Amino acid sequence: MALNRKIAYIDLSTGKVEMKPIPLEVRKKFLGGRGLDAYLLYNHTEKGIDPLGPKNVLMVSAGILGGTLASASARTHIMAKSPLTELLGSSNMGGFFAPELRWAGFDHLVIKGKAEKPVYLWIHNGEIELRDASNIWGKTTTETQWAIREELGDEDIKSAVIGPAGENLVRYANVMTGIKDSAGRGGMGAVFGSKNLKAIAVRGTMDIKIAYPTDALEYNKRFINQIVSSKVNQTQGTLGTPFIWGATNSWGGIRTRNFQYNQCEYADDIEPERIDEICEETMGKYHMAGCFGCQVHCRAKYKIPSGPYAGKYDEGPEYTSQGAFGGEPDCKNAVTVLTGNHLVDQWGVDNLEIGSIISWAMELYELGILTNKDTDGLDLSFGNDEALLEMIRRIAFRDGWLGDTLAEGGIQASEKIGKDSFSYLIQVKGMSNLHSDERATPALALGIATGSRGSDHLRSRPAIDLYHLPEEILRKVYSNPVPYNGPLSSEHTSYVGKAWQVFWQELCYMGVDCLGICKYHTTFLGATLPNFEDWSKVLYYNTGLEMTPKEIWDVAERTYNIERLFNMREGLTRDDPKKGDTLNHRYFDEPCLRGAPDVIGAKIDRKKFNKMIDEYYEHHGWDENGVTLPETMKRLGLDKEPSHLV
Amino acid sequence: MAKVLMINYEKCTGCRLCELICSVVHEGVSNPSRSRIKVMKWESEGLYIPMSCQQCEDAPCMNVCPVKAISRDEELGRIVVDYDVCIGCRSCVAVCPFGAMNFNAKDKQVFKCDLCDGDPQCVRFCEVKAIEYLEVDDMSIYKKRDAATRISVAGKEAVALQAAM
Repeated sequence: MALNRKIAYIDLSTGKVEMKPIPLEVRKKFLGGRGLDAYLLYNHTEKGIDPLGPKNVLMVSAGILGGTLASASARTHIMAKSPLTELLGSSNMGGFFAPELRWAGFDHLVIKGKAEKPVYLWIHNGEIELRDASNIWGKTTTETQWAIREELGDEDIKSAVIGPAGENLVRYANVMTGIKDSAGRGGMGAVFGSKNLKAIAVRGTMDIKIAYPTDALEYNKRFINQIVSSKVNQTQGTLGTPFIWGATNSWGGIRTRNFQYNQCEYADDIEPERIDEICEETMGKYHMAGCFGCQVHCRAKYKIPSGPYAGKYDEGPEYTSQGAFGGEPDCKNAVTVLTGNHLVDQWGVDNLEIGSIISWAMELYELGILTNKDTDGLDLSFGNDEALLEMIRRIAFRDGWLGDTLAEGGIQASEKIGKDSFSYLIQVKGMSNLHSDERATPALALGIATGSRGSDHLRSRPAIDLYHLPEEILRKVYSNPVPYNGPLSSEHTSYVGKAWQVFWQELCYMGVDCLGICKYHTTFLGATLPNFEDWSKVLYYNTGLEMTPKEIWDVAERTYNIERLFNMREGLTRDDPKKGDTLNHRYFDEPCLRGAPDVIGAKIDRKKFNKMIDEYYEHHGWDENGVTLPETMKRLGLDKEPSHLV
Repeated sequence: MAKVLMINYEKCTGCRLCELICSVVHEGVSNPSRSRIKVMKWESEGLYIPMSCQQCEDAPCMNVCPVKAISRDEELGRIVVDYDVCIGCRSCVAVCPFGAMNFNAKDKQVFKCDLCDGDPQCVRFCEVKAIEYLEVDDMSIYKKRDAATRISVAGKEAVALQAAM
């Protein structure tokens, strides 16, 4: 059945591999994917370990619905203590790796220790082997994947790999599979690198038995109809995620020149329609591709049309690349965005983090905090496309003082650079903010401030807040599967009820990440998309596991609290500017200078923001310092953690 | 007139839902190695080509079968295997020019696309219509239209260019 996939414990120091079934009791408490990863992380790591040392433990997993009929059951989750934030490191990617891992017999890998020499894991139909990776060390992410296929003689092998940035322990190096699927955030690639682990290759032909095939098929069809009939997903399927950047920029929600402006002007060349044109010119009319089983097909295929990398094939660029290599550094050429996207894909580094950090360095250069001496003569001015691309290379290969310094991540770099550099760093818990500007949207600002992996839009963003939906619609969404009678506001500039929306979305996204499906298939960009109630049925039809919508909600709340416990253990405190649930002072002090009437002049009200945090803690059952209350622990069955069930 | 499965690989997004659907419909499991259809990929070029049985008129698998276990079902326009007769020699697997005849090591049987008895489920689930189930008479009309559109666009561009000169 779909629930017979195992956990494998792999000790890279000794080469020992142990495989265990996942007890049903554990499934019911944590489901799988991110939820069970969080439990394993909390249980298998000690407080205060060095994230790049052998004591860090790396979790790689599929969701409980991975590879089944759940409309897009493609997601892989990767977790460890983050070398970037020194808190929770948690990252998720699409593609084809997770289903293959399940066909090979496994749901969760727990990787400990450190290999003496570069190795890769070869996982095939219930068997796990450590293999020599000295021949592939140094290769780019795609070179690595193709070389493994050649070595093992199977074109259908899927691998999760690191590129040079992971090998060089860049603290925000990612793990990649396929051309562009990245577990991008929090430096999971550096954790791979620190363990001398170059790749995990999987291939399987083992059945995943579907509990009720006819029902699962029909429900999947319904699910797909619901998902592809939403306007937002139709647009995604045509323009990809860049459409979000275009809409947000015209409104005034894109940070530019690090954080100086909230709209990128004269940006026609990096608008979604222009990028789509290039995709069509280089790849033809049908140039969209999809992850496993997904009918949204939001990724575009393209070739770089000109410049030193002309003709190179890649996918995306996601809107994060538009922000990271377009808006933030104020570079307004499509070719730059497409090239930057290609370089980070090949070298294996988080596009969002690297673009954000380079833009921060550009502002420091403008202010004279960084000088030509620090940049080895590179003119690091905003709008210098060549300097941007050169800095990507220097960071990925830790070339020169500045490249090496910025590779350490924002907070550590700010400590080396000194002066007032930290106050310009747009981060939460040491993780750079997305290129979006949340000063006009308190709900979104609260979301990034409280995200369990640091600043992030994929942990809780109530994006539908921007649609001004009538209150009764909001109430319908946000009072299921648990009742909510408190206030809600259709106004995105309001602070009313936003704490509940963020709390609800956190649990919704946690649910998605436990199941292993994509956020475009739930209440993220579309208010009508499936959530808890549908998941309960999909879970039952595919796996036979009976869980009510409320029970899935409870799993999400339980596992979110385990992430919180981990962060508290590693030193999170409410107001700590480096490790707390707070924002850079500029959100409170500097008003938006551009954009629509509802944006211009907007900034976050510190007092109201603090009140939102209070409310948010209350919804979670945490005290005023953000610590989980004993009764909450008891209610969620966490009072005996760590409980070492698996 | 029987319909045929028409694959337009240009439209394929490479998601492999057809493989999942096929293995669940026929075997009750998620397992692409038991699917009758398979998306072949050239990932470094972004090229995806779904491969399935072409239900050939003069089918090599049928011709090679030493025990005449393979025959043509004219009503549905498909090639079918009679498992009561099949001896499992896999000659059909060897001669199929498309690799569309498969062998299942678990049940020790060959298997191929049966057009889901006239309602192919891969077609039903493919939202981008990379796989369609069409009347034989109509099957190339879409390709004609696509080619004609390209010619008409080129024609209009040529006229515009002349006007600009």
